[in-house]
Amino acid sequence: MSEAAASLLSTRGLSLRFGGIVAADGIDFDLKEGERLAVVGQNGAGKTTFINICTGYLKADAGQVKFDGADVTGQSPRAITRRGVGRSFQLPQVFTEHTVRDCLLIAASSVHRRGGGLWRSLDRAVDADEVDNTLELLQLAGRADDIAGDLPEGQRKLLDVAMALVLRPKLMIMDEPTSGVSTDEKHALMAVLMRALDERKVTSIFIEHDIDIVRQYATRLAAWIAGRIAADGRPQDVLSDPVVIRNVIGE
Amino acid sequence: MRTATLVSLVAVLVLAVLGVSLSMPWLKTPVLMAISHGLAVTGIIVLIRAGQVSFGHAMYACVSGYAVAFLGRAFHLDTLWLVVLGTMVSIAAAALIGVFMVRYRGIFFGMLNLAFSMVLFSVLGKFGGLTGGTDGLRFDRPAFAGFVMEREDFETALLGLGLVLAVGGGVLVMRYFGGVNGQCLAALKTNETRLEYLGISAKRVFWGGYVLSATLCGLGGTLFALTQGLVTPDMGYWVRSGELVFIAILGGSGHALGAFIGAFVFEFVKLYAASLLTGAWQLALGIVLIVMVFVAPKGLYGLLVRRCKPPEPKARAVRKNVVKEVVA
Repeated sequence: MSEAAASLLSTRGLSLRFGGIVAADGIDFDLKEGERLAVVGQNGAGKTTFINICTGYLKADAGQVKFDGADVTGQSPRAITRRGVGRSFQLPQVFTEHTVRDCLLIAASSVHRRGGGLWRSLDRAVDADEVDNTLELLQLAGRADDIAGDLPEGQRKLLDVAMALVLRPKLMIMDEPTSGVSTDEKHALMAVLMRALDERKVTSIFIEHDIDIVRQYATRLAAWIAGRIAADGRPQDVLSDPVVIRNVIGE
Repeated sequence: MRTATLVSLVAVLVLAVLGVSLSMPWLKTPVLMAISHGLAVTGIIVLIRAGQVSFGHAMYACVSGYAVAFLGRAFHLDTLWLVVLGTMVSIAAAALIGVFMVRYRGIFFGMLNLAFSMVLFSVLGKFGGLTGGTDGLRFDRPAFAGFVMEREDFETALLGLGLVLAVGGGVLVMRYFGGVNGQCLAALKTNETRLEYLGISAKRVFWGGYVLSATLCGLGGTLFALTQGLVTPDMGYWVRSGELVFIAILGGSGHALGAFIGAFVFEFVKLYAASLLTGAWQLALGIVLIVMVFVAPKGLYGLLVRRCKPPEPKARAVRKNVVKEVVA
């Protein structure tokens, strides 16, 4: 019981099939507060499916998801977000016709409301300090007045995280935060993201293909193979596991 | 456009409309028609903000119009009461129908609205005993704020009321656009997934916009009914709904002012084309719209803004064509 109370996110027997493909095969998983988990696995191994089930986008055929002590199985993304799970996407999900600052103001309006929403303009109805602080934290302050759809990919990724982070989540789940970003920019991007998450004391899960990034930033690593967690533990241990080397890293 | 410029422009337009219609009384009716259309079109631009187009929104003008006729005939209420109560009936209808509507997007949303409006159109046409059938319902000219007036004075009073409602409706819509709910509505157009992942219900946001749009169409409908002293099922015919969308594109969907500019141009092109090209006024309107889409995809208001403030560093070129803007 005490073990269950200590874990922020836990799943039991999570299963989901798409026709003949097993996307999640009875996943038992526990994440403790303060961990920084990297998830690796080949395409189709079920990494994103796992995230989609945990955040309510997909409903599992069987199994249970618990977050922060509450059973959230089958709840909507909206409900799970409100409990404190932030999410960023492989393809950044931002409001492409709004400015960067307006994107964050809209996001913040979900939790940091000052009331009188219909009549006050957006920046007065929302706690603007919270927004500016988050922009600063993710180094987007210089882009505040640019249209989100015009940002280069790296900054759009940052904005995607910022929109989730401004909600003050307890857990941040990031689906390939460095995909679509050039190799030399990846480390800089991760450095900004991780510093922001540390500062806000947010536990995090991120899917990543770059083993260098995993080694440098993760405190724990889980390797997904065919809808199962094949190895889970300290990054250096998982990365030297022969099954992981053969199936995930590929020499 | 800066607030000061906008306020003075609106003031000039209001005074001009008032001055012209008082000196040329025969213009009062077309001007009132234009104002009531303009009000309904501000409702349409609320939906366009969400990236949605309805081909059935004239039903809300029709609902409030019939409410005015029924209430006027049964209780001989004052004009102001008729406007308030008629609009409230539209609000109630939209609040209910909206619960189903907000599940749909794009072409399904547009067509489902059209379907609802055609059901209403048929019901009004078939149940002649109650609704007067296709001939419609006539009602006596009501008192205005307690005063019983002749046609001439009544129209002048309605014109004053219409202008107040137009300015009020325009301000309401622009405040809504700038506020949290309006910004969320605009965000719904580009990314509903993110909205849900922010803990915001896209359906609830859209429902609010839907009811607001019907409120404005309802207001327009009461004014239309009061101007004519007659309501017919034709008020809710799908072609009428199409005209509202047409006006929104013509005037420009970015600003409430565009709705009214579009409505006035529409009304007067129709008026003059009808007398010059009898039976072919649609041709004139069609050509006007084709030219607009090619020359000024942001509508007449867009042209106006471009005139008012030449190149501003942050001004952005129109990236999408108008069809995408409206339907996407």
